[in-house]
Amino acid sequence: MSSQIARVGGTPLPRRSSGARRATASRTAGRPRASRYLYGAIGIVVALIWIFPVYWMINSAMLPNVVLQSKTPTFLPFGGSLDNFVAVVSGGTFLPALGMSVVIALIVVACCLFFAFLAALAISRFHFRGRKGFVLAVLFIQMLPAEGLFIAQYKLMASVNLLNTVLGVSIIYIAAVVPFTIWMLRGFVAGIPADLEEAAMVDGLSRTQAFLRITFPLLAPGLVASGVYAFLQAWNEFTVALVVLQDNSSQTLPLWLRGFIQASVSKAIDWGQVMAASTLVAIPVIVFFLFVQGRMTSGLVSGAVKG
Amino acid sequence: MTVQEAAEGLHSASPSPVSASPTAGPATARVPRRRRVVLTPYFLLIPAVAVLALAMGYPLVWQIITSMQQFGLAQQFGQPAPFVWFDNYARLAADPYLWTVILRSILFCFVTAAMTMAVGTLVALLLNVVGPVVKVVIQIAMLLAWAMPVVAAMTIWNWLFDWRRGVVNWLLTSMGFDFQDHNWLQNPLSFFFVAMIIVVWMSVPFVAFSVYAGLTQVSGEVLEAAQMDGASARQRFWNIVVPIIRPVLGIVLLLQVIWDLRVFTQIKLLQDAGSIASDTNLLGTYIFQLGTGSSNFGMASAVSIFVLVLTVGISAFYVRTMLKEEES
Repeated sequence: MSSQIARVGGTPLPRRSSGARRATASRTAGRPRASRYLYGAIGIVVALIWIFPVYWMINSAMLPNVVLQSKTPTFLPFGGSLDNFVAVVSGGTFLPALGMSVVIALIVVACCLFFAFLAALAISRFHFRGRKGFVLAVLFIQMLPAEGLFIAQYKLMASVNLLNTVLGVSIIYIAAVVPFTIWMLRGFVAGIPADLEEAAMVDGLSRTQAFLRITFPLLAPGLVASGVYAFLQAWNEFTVALVVLQDNSSQTLPLWLRGFIQASVSKAIDWGQVMAASTLVAIPVIVFFLFVQGRMTSGLVSGAVKG
Repeated sequence: MTVQEAAEGLHSASPSPVSASPTAGPATARVPRRRRVVLTPYFLLIPAVAVLALAMGYPLVWQIITSMQQFGLAQQFGQPAPFVWFDNYARLAADPYLWTVILRSILFCFVTAAMTMAVGTLVALLLNVVGPVVKVVIQIAMLLAWAMPVVAAMTIWNWLFDWRRGVVNWLLTSMGFDFQDHNWLQNPLSFFFVAMIIVVWMSVPFVAFSVYAGLTQVSGEVLEAAQMDGASARQRFWNIVVPIIRPVLGIVLLLQVIWDLRVFTQIKLLQDAGSIASDTNLLGTYIFQLGTGSSNFGMASAVSIFVLVLTVGISAFYVRTMLKEEES
């Protein structure tokens, strides 16, 4: 029973079966030294290619525009400063966008966790008519592309005067994120044996009490993982925000960043500041991502991995 | 799990008739309680179902109806929308531009998904043969790339490919090619090449980690035995490793196809950086242009329905696999 699921942090890290490790060891041991160095060199090149854009963002963010405008790029940020970050934060548009993103993300995380938790409880603790249909619907809705519905969602929000509002965009986000959150939490709830609850009920607790005192604490890791997933989705979302939040005063961080890209068409923009802005948007995501990835294994493919 | 669930379902679903008859007092107290137990799951589902019905269900229904109406600028200002049944669909089917966009989307999707799968699998194989230090270095690099928010990643790539001072042009020029002030986004073909590089860069980590997890299931003993029996490295890969990791490869490929078919953010943000939208539209950006650009909601809805049907069709296989896991 795969109990831990996540699309975002789904990283099955190396500590798997000992058989696999032994296999790797014996295979590498039998290999001639030259090819081991070759593979190592290729590995370093691959790592460099994947890390370079991230490095380049931080490097450029530390360099003044004069340096970035020179013909030859500067590869190390020596003599760099945090001036770009200061300029971005004090620029006047960053803080409102940050506030918007934070509020939306918090609403989405809170509502998603609550709604999805109740639903996960229903489908993993009860057997009822329509259960299978609901699970099927959840799985399908989870796959629906935002691009297939965003025009209609825009019209809906326009018709109830919720364009450019936190509430409007939050409702759409919750609906978009809740299916996968249900699916994720279902795995966690199902991983906790109902016997535990029943034993507590035999000992005189009500069903609700048994749940709150026994099951709920065991669920904490699942709730954290799902919460981080919901946060990342809300924080990074671009497509729906683009149509629902068209007003400059109600931009979220991704929309705010997009403004820089648009500006780069017509004029030579200060890339140092853009990269500082990107760094500021990316940091919370990277921190959260690294924080949760260790405790989660991939649920998207877990069925297939288990074989 | 299944047995337990079934047992519990049985237990909560059948109000035992035996206990209901003898003493009236406890029975009346008990029957409503039993019924409440049966209704509990439905109550638990209310919030999730409500928000889904509001933000997904209602727009979906609106979209199906609107796709059969003439809904343009005039309707935006309050005129009633005439019902035209399948006229929008017929007009779209006859529109060569839509077919160009569909073909472009499918081509982009398949090339990008194939590249992602190939590179991701190679990285996974590489992870399997390198030493522990290099392995950790690769994993950290992949994780950082994976964690980057899409829009932040797009600003970086726009900066890397910037025609004035981008490091890509500098690198190619200093290698002896003439890429001074070369604008990558002007020509549609090189536009999609850049888009593909970006999407591959973003999606490879997921593929690599998933396939690597699959590879750890391949037993070393079997491979060694095959080697002793004289199987070449290529034979061992195709006849032993691939069949074992095939389920992972299948699911991951399917997800890549679904995700690359609906690619919007990357294309939109590359268009923003200066290219002709009509030459570089994929399905997502085309719907966006129809809807918010020219306020042609009838047509936009029709294309959206097409995208939804396509996605649901492709997803069906994935959903079936997930359901199988759910029941196990």
